[in-house]
Formats: sequence, C-alpha cells, structure tokens
Amino acid sequence: MIGRATKARSSAERRVLDEAGGLRAMTWVMAIMLFLTMLAAALGLATAGAARLLDRQLAGRLTVQIVDGDPVRRDVAAARVLAALRRIPAVAKATPVDRAELTRLLQPWLGSDGADPQLPVPAMIDVDLADHGEAAAARVAATVRRLGPTIRVDRHESWMSPVNDVMRALTFLALALVLLMASATAAVVVLAARAGLETHRATIAVMHMLGSTDLQVARLFQRRIALDATIGGVGGGVVALLVVGFIGIRLHGLGSELLGGVTLGGADWVLLALLPVAFVVLATLAARVTIVRALRHIL
Amino acid sequence: MANIVQFENVGLRYGTGPDAGPETLSDVSFTLRSGAFYFLTGASGAGKTSLLKLLYLAQRPTRGVIRLFGEDAVVLSRDRLPGFRRRIGVVFQDFRLVPHLSTCDNIALPLRVAGMPEADIEQPVREMLAWVGLTERADARPATLSGGEQQRVAIARAVIARPEILVADEPTGNVDPDMAERLLHLFESLNKLGTTVVVATHDFHLLGRIPGAQMMRLDRGRLLDPTGSLRYPPTRPE
Repeated sequence: MIGRATKARSSAERRVLDEAGGLRAMTWVMAIMLFLTMLAAALGLATAGAARLLDRQLAGRLTVQIVDGDPVRRDVAAARVLAALRRIPAVAKATPVDRAELTRLLQPWLGSDGADPQLPVPAMIDVDLADHGEAAAARVAATVRRLGPTIRVDRHESWMSPVNDVMRALTFLALALVLLMASATAAVVVLAARAGLETHRATIAVMHMLGSTDLQVARLFQRRIALDATIGGVGGGVVALLVVGFIGIRLHGLGSELLGGVTLGGADWVLLALLPVAFVVLATLAARVTIVRALRHIL
Repeated sequence: MANIVQFENVGLRYGTGPDAGPETLSDVSFTLRSGAFYFLTGASGAGKTSLLKLLYLAQRPTRGVIRLFGEDAVVLSRDRLPGFRRRIGVVFQDFRLVPHLSTCDNIALPLRVAGMPEADIEQPVREMLAWVGLTERADARPATLSGGEQQRVAIARAVIARPEILVADEPTGNVDPDMAERLLHLFESLNKLGTTVVVATHDFHLLGRIPGAQMMRLDRGRLLDPTGSLRYPPTRPE
C-alpha cells in the first residue's frame, strides 16, 4: 500500500517537469562517461594488481651467476657458493638452476646451439631471501663476492624495476583519468541542471508561488538526473564490464607470464561494479547543489 | 475580526540604481481583516498587479512595512516564504498553468506541494473539478482548454488547499457573464468558510455582486480608499 502510494507520488512528481519519454541526451552522456571511466578504472586496477604481484614475486629474490669459461672450475665455484649461501641465515632457499633449464632459457636466442656442452654458460643459483630488506641482499652480495671475482649477484627487483615503473605510471594515469571523468561528469550535470532550470523556469516560479521549497524543486531535478545517470550508468557499465572481461580473456590466452598478472581480482570487480553507483550519487549531488544554489537567487 | 494583512507606507519601485523606474506603488497603507471580501479596482497600470504581488510574496517592497498573518513579511527569511505562500491562494492574471500537466494535476499541485498523501488528493480534486464544471476535461492539457476553462483551472488550483487568503488578479477577465457569476459565487462560498478574498478587477458589474464586500481603489500607484472603507454598493469612479 505504502509502495503504491510512493509510486503514485513519484509518478506525479515526475510529471511536474516536462519529461519526454525514452532515452535523452543526458542518458547517453552518462553511458559514454561511465563506459570510459570503467575502462580506465579497470586498466588502473589491473596494472596496480600486476605491479603488486610483480613486487611480491621479485621482492627478496636474487640470482647468483658464476661466470667462468672452465666448466670444472665453474662447477667447483658454484658448489662453494651454494654451500656458502645456505649458511647465511637471511637466505631462505638457494637452488642451483640446472643445465637443462638454462638450455631451455637460451633456446629462443641460440636455438639448438644452446645445448652444446662446450658453450660457456654461467652457472646460476636462484636465491630466495627470508628477509626482503636491502640489508639482507647486501649481506648476501658481499658474502658471495668474497668467494671469487667472477661471481655476480643480480637482484630481480632491479632489472624488473622499469617494468614496475611503467605499471605504476599506468595505474596513476588511470586514476587521473577516472578523476577527470568524474569531474567532467559533474560539469555535464551542472550544465544540464542549469539548462533544465532555465527550461522549467516558469513551472518553478509557479511552484514557488504555491509554496514549494527549494529542496522540493531540487528533488524534482535530482530525481530526473539520477534516473538518467542510472540508466546511462547501467548501460555504459554493462558494456564496459563485457569489454573488460573480453580483454581479460584475450590476455589470459596470450599465456604471457608478465601480462598474465594484469588481471582483476574479486575486489576489483566489486569496485568496478560500484563505479556506476558512485557516479549516480555524484550526479545527484551535483544536480542538487546546482539547483539549490541557483534557486537562492530567485525570491 | 483580526487583521490578517497590514500595509504601512509601502512603496515599490522596479529596478535598482540608475535603472530604477518611477515608483509603481507609493505610500500604500491599508489593513485587511480576516474573513472579509475585498475588491481592488483601478485602471490598467494603476498598480493592482504589483500590489497583489506584494500580497502573495512574489515581490518585496522598496520601502514600508507589510505585516502578514501577524508577522513582518518584508524581513521574512527566504526559508520561511514557502510556509507563508501555502496559506495564500493565487489566481494569476495569465493563469500560469503548468502546460504539460493535465487539468487534474494542475489543480492537485498545491496539495502535492503541501505534502498531502496521494490517496487523499483524488477526492478534493474531483470535487473541485465538479465545482468549476471541468469534470469532463480532467485529463486535458491547458493548451487544449479555452481561455475560460484555463481560468477556472487556475481558480480551482488557487482554492483547493483552502488558503487563508485568496488573491485573484482579474479572475473573470476571460469568461462569459454567467461563468463570471459562478466564479464569484465560488469565491463568496470560500469567503463564507473564512477565507479572506482579494479580487483585483476593473469589471464594475462584479463589484455589487458580493454583499458586504469592500473596495480599494488604486490610481497611479496610490490607494484612494486607504482605509478599505465599506463601499457597498460600490460606485463607479469618475
């Protein structure tokens, strides 16, 4: 009963503003804004997730290379280094990379020549540190360098940092785009509300004379704009989610270890789904503030 | 009867600074008693509509004091205006019907503005439609109504919320004599229920129709009968 009464009132209030049925320009604008915003947000969330994943994967990981042309000397040095590494408390795990794995890694560049046993390939040891801090990595580097001048320590973080920087830059770019879109949406709503106010000036004057408060008048506009924003937001949002899902499937299909990290988690999808709600709230508030401010100048 | 409206030396000038025009109303002083019936007469341009605008709070005076319902209406804050306006019914000279609303919705507007539940609105609107003889035109838009019909919708809208004061600017200007008589009878009925009625008109045939009605006459922005003295039967001014 209450629901029916509310619906009747809502319908009656909607009629006060001249509202042509069907989709309006504002609905399309909101749909396009939401579509672009959600794509930007998805990009930002995915790259942020990938950057975090990369951080987790690379933090505290080192590769020790023993470069020596003599395979016997190289293997002896590698065994010494491995033993020394395993004695360091900060080292959680030290694993020698076997020859077959190295051959596989070299395959794309050297082809079948990579399998030649005479090829002076350095011995490598993957090291996982228990402590991801700078001090632990420095301690390991100092220890192994004392064992021979041809031993090199590569921190995974350092050679992947440019990739990480790009990902972080993309994340900030996406965040800036989302904020820019939100500002543009608010500006569009302000313009639409002002235009609506001008269009309905005569009706508003009558309503004022009948005793309408500014908030009652503002509610009519904010209801209309919220409806436009909801229809547009849902439309644009659904299309954006489909596009994001499609791109996600294609990235996953590439099988790339790096691009494979560019995925959206459950929380990311929830955040994306909340964006239309946030935009509806933003549009409604922008309309309300604009209308109430404008009405203050009318007696 | 208590005073419901009091004007003291009220002046009104449109525009400000170098753009200000001459005073439209000058030194207007009068009191309206609660439950009385008043005619406001005067030639075109005498200031009738401006005086009514002050009365229904569409305009603030340039000077003077206006007391409405016992309160100073000149310094009334903007937030309190709606509450005062809901106590005043207005029939505008140009009707000011909302063009995209049906007759029914136009008449129901003051009740909706006042927050009356939808379920309680239908009955008074039906009664009002019957009262002004527009039951058959309940769903018509103003553009499809004749001038007289639009005027009746405007009157129905002004009185449906049972205002304490009814202000009507030339309410019979677009209707035939029979309908004018009926509308006046409607105002009289409302007046008998306690509403103070102020009708601006230059139709002198109407002035004698309401026994006990008082007349205020404006001439070039000045009130000629500032005391609102009883003029019944009214005489046509020279």
